[in-house]
Amino acid sequence: MYLTRLDTQPDSFEELAMPLFDRLYNFAHWLTHNREEAEDLVQETYAKALKGFSSFRLGTNFRAWMYRILRNTFLTSRTGLKATMTLSLDSEEDGPELPVEGDTPETILMERSNLQLVQSAIDELPVYFREILLLCDVEEMSYQEIAETLSIPIGTVMSRLSRARKTLRDGLRLQFKKG
Amino acid sequence: MVCESWKTKLDTYLDGELPSEEMRAFDIHVHNCPYCSADALTRVQTKRAIQVAGNRFTPSAEFRRRMQQSIAAKPRRGRFGFAWMTATAAIAVLAVVGLTATYNERERVRTEQVYSEVADLHVATLASSSPVDVISTDRHTVKPWFQGKIPFAFDLPELQNSEFSLLGGRMTYLDQTPGAHLIYDVRKHHISVFVFQEWSLRLPGRLNENSFAPKNVSFNMETWSQGGLRYFVIGDASAADIDSLAKLFKADAS
Repeated sequence: MYLTRLDTQPDSFEELAMPLFDRLYNFAHWLTHNREEAEDLVQETYAKALKGFSSFRLGTNFRAWMYRILRNTFLTSRTGLKATMTLSLDSEEDGPELPVEGDTPETILMERSNLQLVQSAIDELPVYFREILLLCDVEEMSYQEIAETLSIPIGTVMSRLSRARKTLRDGLRLQFKKG
Repeated sequence: MVCESWKTKLDTYLDGELPSEEMRAFDIHVHNCPYCSADALTRVQTKRAIQVAGNRFTPSAEFRRRMQQSIAAKPRRGRFGFAWMTATAAIAVLAVVGLTATYNERERVRTEQVYSEVADLHVATLASSSPVDVISTDRHTVKPWFQGKIPFAFDLPELQNSEFSLLGGRMTYLDQTPGAHLIYDVRKHHISVFVFQEWSLRLPGRLNENSFAPKNVSFNMETWSQGGLRYFVIGDASAADIDSLAKLFKADAS
């Protein structure tokens, strides 16, 4: 959602922001694990975006801007701070992407198509991995959009995404053993 | 492992993010290699499973209604339409004068907002029970701590021959932009140094030069831009101390 021309520019904040409402709520709920906190987070995001809308720059990505506000609001919340204190992201910068070690989790998916299994594995991911996986595979953002949303270089997007997927596979393997 | 060099980029290929030439090379390879085509298939299935599983939560109708009410009929961005084109020259001149005044006023308000937000960050942090996330007087410990947490690197000055001592640092946000917050001590006064990427902040033009905070912010403050980074130094220490610490940073970054 790039706004570059005045004649194609929607008139109001509402016209731009409301189509993102369901998606932002889904993302917020994944981050907070809680309906009430997700609602508060979305509400605060819209309030901040509305306040800053007059200074929103044409030619920049509105969707990434909204997700960035939501994500930063989450990170500075009590739940967000707690969630991010448990993960070290040292040595991820521009590191090589990791090859898949065996394909057991995918085989599990192929055989069982277990929705709950995948949801549990996503739930178990540290927040930095959960958010990047959701932005890429659920929100279908490009690496550039993800980089803008998370304020990180594209190289970091690639390496963090790779680590997130590997961690998810490991998690699926674990879920399968439990189940 | 078979085709290891291909597999390291397989996810990027499936995300459609490789350069076009590499995409074509991958297309050919995946079609001809049974190992990679099987691997690609399972990864695509995983992506689809994540997509389905990820669309999990829906806002309630009540929450949607509340949000729509709260943002309905809110600000509309200005358009240059037919009315502008048909306005008389005199009105246009008046409008330009008016707009210039409005712009200047908005710049002034925005400048004060930035100063206030920086002051708020400084005060809120010092009031916190844990003002720093990395506690160290060693710049070689504090600087690497920010690696991977903020999208840029910066240098911390050597303090051996100065009265300042480093207490630690933390991540912070200004205007939805991540940055570094460092806390220094000088004769029992705490001074905050904030560092952000200049381009990602929506800063007013009048901040572009070194400037001290206006009177209505009850701290001494200095801000400048250097090497693509925007620095703010703020605290209740004297203006001379703030300036001295600022000079140490400027010398180190030049």
